[in-house]
Amino acid sequence: MSDWVEACAADDIDEEDVMRFDHAGRTFAIYRSPQDEFFATDGLCTHEQIHLSQGLVMGDIIECPKHNGRFNYKTGAARGAPVCVSLKTYPVKVDAGKVFVQLG
Amino acid sequence: MVIIGAGECGTRAAFALREAGYDGTVTLVGAEAHLPYERPPLSKESMVDPEAPSIKAIADAARLAEHHIDLLGSTSATSIDRANCSIRLTNGSDLDYDKLLIATGSLPRKLPLQGLGLRCLDLRTFDDALAIRAHLHAGSHIAVVGGGFIGLELAASARNLGALVTVIEAQPRILMRGVPAEIAQVVHEAHDAEGVDIICGDGIASIEDDGASVHITLSSGQVVAADLAIIGIGALPVTALAETSGLALNNGIAVDARLRTSDPHIFAAGDCCSFPLAIYGDRRVRLESWRSAQEHGVLAARNMLGAEEAHAAVPWFWSDQYGLTLQIAGLPDEGELTVRRDLDDGAFILFHLKNDGRLVAASGIGPGNAVARDIRLAEMLIGKSARPDAVALASPSTKLKSLLAA
Ligand SMILES: Cc1cc2nc3c(=O)[nH]c(=O)nc-3n(C[C@H](O)[C@H](O)[C@H](O)COP(=O)(O)OP(=O)(O)OC[C@H]3O[C@@H](n4cnc5c(N)ncnc54)[C@H](O)[C@@H]3O)c2cc1C
Ligand code: FES
Repeated sequence: MSDWVEACAADDIDEEDVMRFDHAGRTFAIYRSPQDEFFATDGLCTHEQIHLSQGLVMGDIIECPKHNGRFNYKTGAARGAPVCVSLKTYPVKVDAGKVFVQLG
Repeated sequence: MVIIGAGECGTRAAFALREAGYDGTVTLVGAEAHLPYERPPLSKESMVDPEAPSIKAIADAARLAEHHIDLLGSTSATSIDRANCSIRLTNGSDLDYDKLLIATGSLPRKLPLQGLGLRCLDLRTFDDALAIRAHLHAGSHIAVVGGGFIGLELAASARNLGALVTVIEAQPRILMRGVPAEIAQVVHEAHDAEGVDIICGDGIASIEDDGASVHITLSSGQVVAADLAIIGIGALPVTALAETSGLALNNGIAVDARLRTSDPHIFAAGDCCSFPLAIYGDRRVRLESWRSAQEHGVLAARNMLGAEEAHAAVPWFWSDQYGLTLQIAGLPDEGELTVRRDLDDGAFILFHLKNDGRLVAASGIGPGNAVARDIRLAEMLIGKSARPDAVALASPSTKLKSLLAA
C-alpha cells in the first residue's frame, strides 16, 4: 500500500472543475465534483496522450479537450466515442483543506 | 441491418445499433482492405511517425466480433435494388436488408487535367498516406495544390520531416472556406515561420511530369518544380449508388433531419449526405467533419430502429498544424458580428453573433488545447440559441460556464 501524496489545496480547484497534478514522472487529474467531493484519475486521455486537465467537467463527466471523448471521472469508465478504454482512478481524501491522493 | 461504408460513420453506426439493443444481424460492407480506421491522423501524427504511417483502428477484430458485427472487407456494394430491399456486392452475392445505411464518405476532388502521372497524389485512405509518405524526406520538394485543411496539415507534416514545401492556393487566402480571415492569418504566419512558401491567388494552368519531377505552371506563368505534387482541393460526396438507384440528391445524398433518404428504408449519413441543420433554420449543409460523422452514425442507427429523432448537434471541427490547434463550433459564415476573446499564449477565440445577439458560431486557435474548453462551452451556448453578453464574451476572466447557467 503506497502512501498518500499531497496534491493541492482544496481551494485550488473550483467546484465542477479539474486540475493537473504531476508526481514522480507521472501525470494525474484531480477533480472537484458539483457536490464538492474530490476524485483522481490518470491524467492522460486513453485515445491519444492528451492532458484531460484542459477538458471540461460536466456533472460526473470529464470531456477530453482534443476530440471530446468522455469519461466518468468518479469510476474512470469510458463514456463515448472515440474513447473505449477506461481511465484508472485513485483514492482521494481531504484533510485540513488539503487534497491527498493514494497513488498505486 | 446493412451498412455500406466501413469508415468513421458506418462503423460507429454498427456499434450504435448494438448499444441501442438491436440483436439481429449487422453487416458492415467496406471497400477497403483494412479494419475500420480513423482518417484524421493520416495527415497529422501518422504522417510524421518515424517508422511509417500506422493505422489508428476504430475497432479491432475482437471488438467487432464481441458486438457481432459482420465486416465484409475489400467488398463494395455495386447497386441497390430498392424494390426487393437488397444490395449487390462485388463478390457477386446479394445481401437483403430491412434498413440500409449509406455511409460511403467522400473522395478527393480531381484536378480537371489529364495524365497527371505518379507524382500527383491525393489523400483519403491509409494506402494514399503510405504512397505520399514514401516521397517525404529531408530535402525533397513537395508542392501542395490547395490551401485547405488537408493540404496545410500535410504541408506541416512534410516540413516536420525536413521536406521543402510550396503551397499553391487559387483563392486570395488560405482556408477561404469556413475559416475566418483572422484565424487563417495565424495559420499562414505559422507556415511562414516554418519556411513554407505559400502562393495565393494563382491557379493551376498545367502540370507536367518529365519522369523525374513535376512542373506545375501557374496561371501567372510562374513554374513550380517539385518531386511530388499533393492535390488537396476539396472532396466530393460518394453518391454513385444513390444516383443509380434514383434516390434524391442535393450536394450529396439528400436526407431529412432524421437522416432518412427519399426511400424510407434507406438512410445516409456522414460525408456523403446533405441534411437540414436545425440551429440555422434548416439550412442544408454537407459537412466533412469527423465528429459529425460519428454523431450521424449514432443518430442514423437509432432511427433505423425507429427512434424518429431529429439531428440537433452543432457542427464541430478541429485541425492541428505544428503546435497549433484550431477548433470551430458552428458555421462562422452565419455570423454578422464578431467578438474577440484573447487567452494566454496568443490563443484567441472569435464569437460569431447575429445582429440580434444570438451566438451562432465560435472559432479559435492557439497552442495545444488552449481554446478547447471555451469552444466546447460556446458550442453549448450555440445549441441553446443563447444571446450572451458581448462584454462577458470578450473578457477572459468571465467563465463561459457561468453564461451557460444564466
Ligand atoms: C487526411 C484527412 C484528415 C482529416 N482530418 C480531420 C480533422 O482534423 N478534423 C475533422 O473534423 N475531420 C477530419 N477529416 C474528415 C473526417 O475524417 C471525415 O469527415 C470522416 O472520415 C467521414 O466519415 P464517413 O464515414 O462519412 O466517410 P469515410 O471515413 O470516408 O468512410 C467511407 C468509407 O466507405 C467506403 N465506401 C465507399 N463506397 C463504398 C461502396 N460502394 N461499398 C463499400 N464501401 C464503400 C470507403 O472506402 C470508405 O472506407 C479528415 C479527413 C481526411 C481524409
Ligand atoms: S485524445 Fe481524448 S478524445 Fe481523442
